[in-house]
Amino acid sequence: MDRKVVVPGDLLSEDAKRSGEGTYVKNGSVYSLLYGLANFRDKINVIPLAGKYVPVPGDNVIGVVKDITFSNWIVDINSPYDGLLHISEFPKRIESEEMSKYLHIGSSIMTRVTDVDPTMKVELTLNDKKLGLIKAGQVIEISHTRVPRLIGKGGSMISMLKKEVNCNIFVGQNGRIWIHGGTEDMDLALKTITLIDREAHTNGLTDRIVDFLKTEKGARS
Amino acid sequence: MDETDISFFKDGLRLDGRKADQLRPVKIEVGVLARADGSCYIEMGGNKVIAAVYGPREVHPRHLQEATRAIVRYRYNMASFSVEDRKRPGPDRRSQELSKVSREALEPVILTSFFPRSVIDVFVEVLQADAGTRTAGINAASVALADAGIPMKSMISSCAAGKVADTIILDPMKEEDNFGQADLPIAMTPNGDITLLQMDGGLTPDEFQRAVDMAMKGARDIYELQRDALVRKYSQMVEQPGREEVHVCD
Repeated sequence: MDRKVVVPGDLLSEDAKRSGEGTYVKNGSVYSLLYGLANFRDKINVIPLAGKYVPVPGDNVIGVVKDITFSNWIVDINSPYDGLLHISEFPKRIESEEMSKYLHIGSSIMTRVTDVDPTMKVELTLNDKKLGLIKAGQVIEISHTRVPRLIGKGGSMISMLKKEVNCNIFVGQNGRIWIHGGTEDMDLALKTITLIDREAHTNGLTDRIVDFLKTEKGARS
Repeated sequence: MDETDISFFKDGLRLDGRKADQLRPVKIEVGVLARADGSCYIEMGGNKVIAAVYGPREVHPRHLQEATRAIVRYRYNMASFSVEDRKRPGPDRRSQELSKVSREALEPVILTSFFPRSVIDVFVEVLQADAGTRTAGINAASVALADAGIPMKSMISSCAAGKVADTIILDPMKEEDNFGQADLPIAMTPNGDITLLQMDGGLTPDEFQRAVDMAMKGARDIYELQRDALVRKYSQMVEQPGREEVHVCD
């Protein structure tokens, strides 16, 4: 895979059709918008090294309830924009007065972005088996720019990780990750995820992670 | 200045031994602050400037927020110990002007429409001043914005030209700025679009053209240094991953 460090304004290609994420087209040429790594495939994408999470409909995220209004929970989703979880998006029919009984301020939830309007009003839902209140396990936070690497191509990295460490893992696109399993398993999962976070921009990461897990497990037994 | 007995040139070289069209030594470091989303420390000759970028984040106070784009706030501040006589701390007429023109120098390249209802805060602190702090501040801010992962059409580089003893010079230092005939700072994109141009003093149209050309050449050289600094930060990250964490522990 052809990768290169680029800074904003770098010329990437003279073929406007190859413009992908993190790029823009001017006078028929493709330039970088970001400081990050350019991936030269059919399309040229620039992956940033830093930046804030901007919600996109369909994203799974982990949020913390920070306020309750008449019919909405206001949820911090680790982004410049707050999420709104409407009472009707709760899996059970509940009354407005009872809202804080189910999700109170400080509750962590696994949720999904359903809609983002042009003024960046972010709507969330809990209507899915996978989603809901976090009652056990732990949540860790990494940079959201590393999440694609943690998931891997077609989910290869994350499914391997789930199997190897024997934990339930929910990855939020906003960089928050929920892990649930045995104490030792969770520790190992945590160590592995920090390693992925730290070395996200290196080549052949999946193989190294497999080796890392093997030696860590060998040390344990 | 004919009435002063300062001579700006000695054997064809300037007081600090530079040629007329030579920059002062520049040092750029990226990611020096752990709390900020992006940061940069720059030394341009005797200037020592640090820039920190926060955001995009929620706007406070609320009424400044704009529905369709991010606002950019730029605060240029001089430390009280940055100059020989103690500078009275706090914003003054000069620093407000510099904040405004510097913000306007950077805003055209930032894609503010990506982040409606938010703010990008840029803080520039001058630790030591030696003429040309606004150009150093803009250079540092541009690198810090890139480091913060903020989408920009290009980088911004900034450099000044001046006139002393009827000669056009690049990057005036303190003596040349204080006793010279003109100072002309510019900021621009690497492909030559100028986003800031100020002038203090007097130049003939011909001198003005030469000074702009010289400053643009200086800005292009600085762009290469900015770029190098960013690329270097990445290769350090690859070589010794986890270095950042160690920083936090310190």
